[in-house]
Amino acid sequence: MAEATKMNHEASTTGPAGAAADEKARIGAPSSAPAAIAGFSEEGESLSELNTGSIQHGLKKHSHGNAPVVPEASRGERLKSYNLSDFAPLTGREEDWRFTPLNRLRGLHTEPLTGTGPSVQVSGASNIQVETVGGSDARIGSAATPEDRISAAAWAAADGATVVTIPANTVADAEVTVTVLGADKAPAAQHLIIEAGAFSTAVVVLDHSGSVTLAQNIEIVVGDGAQLTVVSVQEWDDDAVHVSSQQAKIGRDARFKHVVVSLGGDLVRLTPSSVFTAPGAEVEMYGLYFADAGQHLEQRLLVDHAVPNCKSRVTYKGALQGQGAHTVWVGDVLIRKEAEGTDTYEVNRNLLLTDGTRSDSVPNLEIETGLIEGAGHASATGRFDDEHLFYLMARGIPEQDARRLVVRGFLTEVIQQIRVPALEERLALALENELAAGNL
Amino acid sequence: MSTLEIKDLYVSIVTEQGSKQILKGVSLTINTGETHAIMGPNGSGKSTLASTIAGHPRYTVDSGSITLDGEDVLAMSVDERARAGLFLAMQYPVEVPGVTMTNFLRTAKTALDGKAPSLRHWTKDVKQAMSQLRIDADFAQRNVNEGFSGGEKKRVEILQLELFRPRFAILDETDSGLDVDALKVVSEGVNREHAKGEMGTLLITHYTRILRYIKPDFVHVFVDGRIAEEGGPELADRLEEEGYDRFAAATPAVEA
Repeated sequence: MAEATKMNHEASTTGPAGAAADEKARIGAPSSAPAAIAGFSEEGESLSELNTGSIQHGLKKHSHGNAPVVPEASRGERLKSYNLSDFAPLTGREEDWRFTPLNRLRGLHTEPLTGTGPSVQVSGASNIQVETVGGSDARIGSAATPEDRISAAAWAAADGATVVTIPANTVADAEVTVTVLGADKAPAAQHLIIEAGAFSTAVVVLDHSGSVTLAQNIEIVVGDGAQLTVVSVQEWDDDAVHVSSQQAKIGRDARFKHVVVSLGGDLVRLTPSSVFTAPGAEVEMYGLYFADAGQHLEQRLLVDHAVPNCKSRVTYKGALQGQGAHTVWVGDVLIRKEAEGTDTYEVNRNLLLTDGTRSDSVPNLEIETGLIEGAGHASATGRFDDEHLFYLMARGIPEQDARRLVVRGFLTEVIQQIRVPALEERLALALENELAAGNL
Repeated sequence: MSTLEIKDLYVSIVTEQGSKQILKGVSLTINTGETHAIMGPNGSGKSTLASTIAGHPRYTVDSGSITLDGEDVLAMSVDERARAGLFLAMQYPVEVPGVTMTNFLRTAKTALDGKAPSLRHWTKDVKQAMSQLRIDADFAQRNVNEGFSGGEKKRVEILQLELFRPRFAILDETDSGLDVDALKVVSEGVNREHAKGEMGTLLITHYTRILRYIKPDFVHVFVDGRIAEEGGPELADRLEEEGYDRFAAATPAVEA
């Protein structure tokens, strides 16, 4: 008798959005030359049969139209397994890989993940525990099960894990910084576990930099009544490839905040998820991404309302500039039959700063019960709002400064959620550098 | 003493049906220290005049001129006009998410003056101006116009007027949507700035009630993109009694 509703509002936008028609009304927007990323069709489908990113194949429309793929009926039915062999090799036709240029994964989906991988260093709070454990440790698998082939490959290949534990009833005496520093581009795997004990409070920053070809699994356990913030910062070098599954299991009455900041790397694909396991919990998931020329920044989220009376809010914001800058945001929210009293809202906003950029935004909402507080989603992708520019310029602010002020304003909302002053400052500066690099 | 001179101005906008003429030969001269009220029915082109002076890209000037002490305003970009001393208090101020009022006001002041204001004086000035306009102190930390009520947005426009000290202020229906108390507060702000004797004011309004608080030296009645009648403050009184009907009857081309 389940009453099921599925909503999907898919939108692909290439910059500049609808520019030709209102040429007159523009104060200082990019030129209206038709723009697209080489190799992508207008529908946002696969690049080609093997998702190779080649121009010739990419122009073919509906390239997965003849493929024998059965779309999943529900996000909740997606295959989960610890065994790599359960996942078929990737073709690029899979629903969850269709936007990813597989040829730029540098073998992460095909090669053995035997590289040394990035180093891990944990600093900050003194009243927490940091351990390096072997593959048989019972905590491995306590919050996550791989949902795609690369995650499963990383699970099998990682030699143990780094475990950060905030003991129960403990307030971490400083933020915890996990510095992940890459120096080797051989395909590698990594496994991290963050466990916040019952009624503990902590902020954990995952600080990624350097150069890698990395498949990563991050498990996050948020104990009953715990208040945990996890910030994942991707300030990789230009050539980095990073595929990261970040799954959180949320306990009773817990508060979990997850913040993604993706600035660097050639290809970054994050799949953060929050799964409620007991009532009364609240989750906030924020994201900020700034894609420059040629960069592919992808984030696919899941919020799984499997129990009653939980609340979730998702806010992701992105800016794109330069030829071939591509961002993908897919936000799946699942409200299962049992999840009465659910309150959820997710929003994605993208700002196309120049020609030649492409943003894909796909909010999905599946509702299996009508007895909820609220459920909604919104997605908007556009150029600069000319009225914002006019308002600021009418106060004497030159166009370039006005643009920067607006972009800064657009994105700092997410940075302000971090609430670690030193990191907020650093990221604000990094944003300024991005803006300066784009001559904005 | 400065002069803002509008001469035989023709302005059109592009609509889906093609180009449409809104202003059909407007001439108007405003000097420092003067207050001019422009009144008229909906659709008569009052707001078009305001936006054209400020340089909104939606409006195309077909012919005529706008000069500020002889300088060609139409040749200036939007920000250059503001820096030349023109200020438009907008009818519908937009929300600018993520940009705090504090940051916005300081950035604009710096751009207008060509140098950053002395922090100590500036903070004091902002506080005082906000309190005079009965704007809550916590608005400084809120994003520009975000979540402000209609009345709050109008007060914030006048706050900017007082802080930026323009040579000419154009108030585009600043009174619409204000209750009597807010109308008084806003009018006092305009009068305070006007009393300093360094500003000319162009007050655009649909109603006469704001003229009880801000006394115009000249009243111009706008009908169908032209000035149909001009006079002193007594013209406003007549309009209050008679309304715009007699103008509408005289010019059947008016679109409401």
